[in-house]
Amino acid sequence: MSRPAQLCTFTVADTLLGLEVEHVQEVLRFHEMARVPLASETIEGLINLRGQIVTAIDMRRRFSLPPRVEDQRPMNVVLSPSHGSVSLLVDDIGDVLDLDDQEMESPPATLDPAFQDLIRGVYKLDGRLLLMLDPVKAIDLAPMETA
Amino acid sequence: MLDTDEEQNELIQEFLVECYEGLDKLDQDLLTLEEDPRNTEILSGIFRTFHTIKGTAGFLAFRKLESVAHQAENLLSKLRDGALVMNTGRADALLKTVDTLRAILASIESSRSEGDEDCTELLDNLKRLQQPDQDGFLSSGVAPATATAEATNEASEASATRTTAEASEPTPTSEPEAGLGHSPETTAAAPPAIVPSPASLPDAVAAARAARWASPPPSLAAAQAAAAGGAASAAGADEDEGAEAAPSVGKASGNKKKEGSEASVATSTAPAKSSKPNAVDTSIRVDVNLLDSIMNLVGELVLTRNQIVQHTATDPSSALAATSQRLNLITSDLQEGVMKTRMQPIRNVWSKFPRVVRDLTTACGKRASLVMEGEETELDRTILEAIKDPLTHMVRNSVDHGIESVEERVAAGKPAEGTLKLRAYHEGGQVNLELIDDGRGIDIDRVKEKAVERGLLTRDKAGRMSEREALQLIFLPGFSTAQKVTNVSGRGVGMDVVRTNIEKIGGTVDIQSAKGEGTTLRIKIPLTLAIIPALLVTVDGCRFAIPQVSLIELVRLEGERARDAIEEVHGTPVYRLRGELLPLVDLRKELGLRPRPEIDHAGASAPMSAGTGVPAGSSEGEASVSETSLNIVVLQADDRQYGLIVDSVNDTEEIVVKPLSQQIRDIPVYAGATILGDGRVALILDSIGIAKRAHVLDEQHGHKQAREEAPVVTDAPIRGGQVETLLLLDLDENRAAIPLSSVARLEEIPVAEVEQSGDFLVTQYRDRIMPLVWLGRTKGRPVSRAAESDERLQVIVHASGEQHVGLVVDRIHDIVDASIVIERTTNRADTLGSAVVQGRVTDLLDIAGIVHRAIPNLARATAPRGEGARA
Repeated sequence: MSRPAQLCTFTVADTLLGLEVEHVQEVLRFHEMARVPLASETIEGLINLRGQIVTAIDMRRRFSLPPRVEDQRPMNVVLSPSHGSVSLLVDDIGDVLDLDDQEMESPPATLDPAFQDLIRGVYKLDGRLLLMLDPVKAIDLAPMETA
Repeated sequence: MLDTDEEQNELIQEFLVECYEGLDKLDQDLLTLEEDPRNTEILSGIFRTFHTIKGTAGFLAFRKLESVAHQAENLLSKLRDGALVMNTGRADALLKTVDTLRAILASIESSRSEGDEDCTELLDNLKRLQQPDQDGFLSSGVAPATATAEATNEASEASATRTTAEASEPTPTSEPEAGLGHSPETTAAAPPAIVPSPASLPDAVAAARAARWASPPPSLAAAQAAAAGGAASAAGADEDEGAEAAPSVGKASGNKKKEGSEASVATSTAPAKSSKPNAVDTSIRVDVNLLDSIMNLVGELVLTRNQIVQHTATDPSSALAATSQRLNLITSDLQEGVMKTRMQPIRNVWSKFPRVVRDLTTACGKRASLVMEGEETELDRTILEAIKDPLTHMVRNSVDHGIESVEERVAAGKPAEGTLKLRAYHEGGQVNLELIDDGRGIDIDRVKEKAVERGLLTRDKAGRMSEREALQLIFLPGFSTAQKVTNVSGRGVGMDVVRTNIEKIGGTVDIQSAKGEGTTLRIKIPLTLAIIPALLVTVDGCRFAIPQVSLIELVRLEGERARDAIEEVHGTPVYRLRGELLPLVDLRKELGLRPRPEIDHAGASAPMSAGTGVPAGSSEGEASVSETSLNIVVLQADDRQYGLIVDSVNDTEEIVVKPLSQQIRDIPVYAGATILGDGRVALILDSIGIAKRAHVLDEQHGHKQAREEAPVVTDAPIRGGQVETLLLLDLDENRAAIPLSSVARLEEIPVAEVEQSGDFLVTQYRDRIMPLVWLGRTKGRPVSRAAESDERLQVIVHASGEQHVGLVVDRIHDIVDASIVIERTTNRADTLGSAVVQGRVTDLLDIAGIVHRAIPNLARATAPRGEGARA
């Protein structure tokens, strides 16, 4: 029996990532950010979102990927409030997909170690893999050093 | 009539809330009555409360409640009419009645039934006490039985009353169950311990009390915690408090009373709480959630107002500007008003403590009284919530570990009854809370020993540790020097949790202790969390907000002055501000930002900002050719001051403090974030966090010596190789020495005898006025408040010709003959050099220089008394 899952998708350095829609509050264009000196490198800055202060986490750095090109402006995937006040900075926003939850497979062993801990599973789409992000782990920066 | 279930529930809810309040008041009144047995007003009040409970209980068909209240009412009636006399036995029984009523109410709250507790014992006792000849003590058989009944009753409640537990409580929720699990055992153990002997009434009473203590289920505390809280408390908030209390209790006994009761003050309670009906009409009950949401809205309004004001600043003449000005005023007033609704006197938290102390002292067989000063000091509600548990723990610790038994105290020449003093006062934008006891103080050696035992410290480090550092050990997790873990405290979850909870709301905890004399715990917390005035500064293009409460002053140095004024000593930049040395912290450096374009650290490259607060233009760090200026923000961090170097100082703004998200919350230099008037996000700086990071404060709020140094040329000859007789003293945790030849006398002067004379603090000494010079960092510390304390200053009297000067030091250590070999030459103004004496680096003080600098015109400052003090 199929279990429908609606997924938000986005790309980070040519990798297609997905999150169930219930984890996502909204998707935004680039917002000016205030730097947070001494914070982990992964934290790009703070955004003023209609009066709320949102912490932006750069997913490229989170996955230890090379940085964006100079004039490439990231997009914001703002997570739902249950995750705190956090937004993921990604390269591009993809479509919302309707998939069958049963078709999610466990991450292949060959997956880049930088992704291993943060990916819950994968979907095989036409010609590419969709990696399902674990939102809780993605924003848990604790093991990383914060100046 | 009760038509619907909902109406019934509401009615019962209201009934419960009112009953809990009544029971809290009963606690207070009964304690007052115990002290003042013939107080008819109190007696009437107590009678009325029981009467009301009985009536409403009957109406709602709560028979058990009704019958218990009825018997209590009967007893009270006879007391009120003078047919009976109040005594300990009756007080005990009535207090037990209050507890029992609470238990029944808790049962009603959770299950709408009165529970299975068997009250016949209590009822019989109450009936018996209504007879004139009864001594009125609980027979030993009663206590364990009811205790057991309570235990099983509570066991069923434990699951029911545990609602969402606060995440802040570190002890796992399994602990209450563990506590519960213990209670039946301890209860079973209780009966053999109690030997009924009518001949020894006090013993039986004490034993009965002890048995009552033996099995206090935590969830009872949870239920009772529902009764605690300020005036505006709704059932919803009650439940949260209850759950919050449950995990933290785990330890039984006094907590039951602590959470549930508002104990009476030693002196009679304020009239506002008395039976006058008018007081009731001027206040209403408001749901705290509603208040909180109003507070949030006001916060948002303040932000929006800021934005509007910014926009209209460009065109002051427009109609919009006038309107926005009006908006400005209204918003400020509204904000003030709403903040006031959240402010509550600390009395609300303290009022429980007399009963806590009473119950604890009887359980431990000690005697102690609680004195409260400044109970009208107001605090934000959320802060009160946060300090409730830490304070309670501290009070319990004081009684349990601090206050000695009566025999010990008498043997030590102290009054048999110990004193616990709670003080609260506002100072510098913060609320100071002190808990002072005159108990046995903290045994530093035992603390060190325990720390070494637990592997928290190497023996070597322990040996070298100063007293002040050693005291900080008690704040380490898992630390407890209790010989045995009592039900009262001493399970080792204590002081570190206290400190964490206090620091979480932006406060600090400090401890001072003198063995054999007592211990003082000092808490400092910010007045309010939500909306604060702040100074905006810019560093490398980033804007930061500094809460005004930490702000002392602003210093701006220009041009050459900017370069010359900074002295660098041993790598630490300092600035001499009106004679005092101010350590400097470069914010750019601390935050790891790009260094300023100019090479020397003293030059700031900020463009000219007018000093009146005009926002700087491009503050990207462009060096202006002709002018360099330095902006120093002088901040207070705990009890130290330091100067923060920033690029530019902008304006002050009222900001709404927003918490940081989990990913950045732990960075110590930030206290939160805010949205400025222009919509940009700014981080709020934590002055203490920065100070620690820059090592102006060390990890345990201690002091570093480096900052005291400054390059000042002195041509005092440095002697070496001679044997001299030195007076060794302690100064700011360091060792210092004075040649004994400079010492005329050693005195101890009570702080109360210090007086102000013009610029100097002086004291009357041998028919003269003797000025006092503080040798240590404590220079300039105001002594005004200390006038009431018994503190004594250690004073070295130094004679300079005919004049005497009193040098105040922390501690006089010893007199030694030592061969001085100057190990390190310094250019410090106050010292001739340093040497190793008795294994410690010791500063040799330049007394002549110190005195000369402190009191340039000594002759005028000291005049014989009676000749007109100052010429």
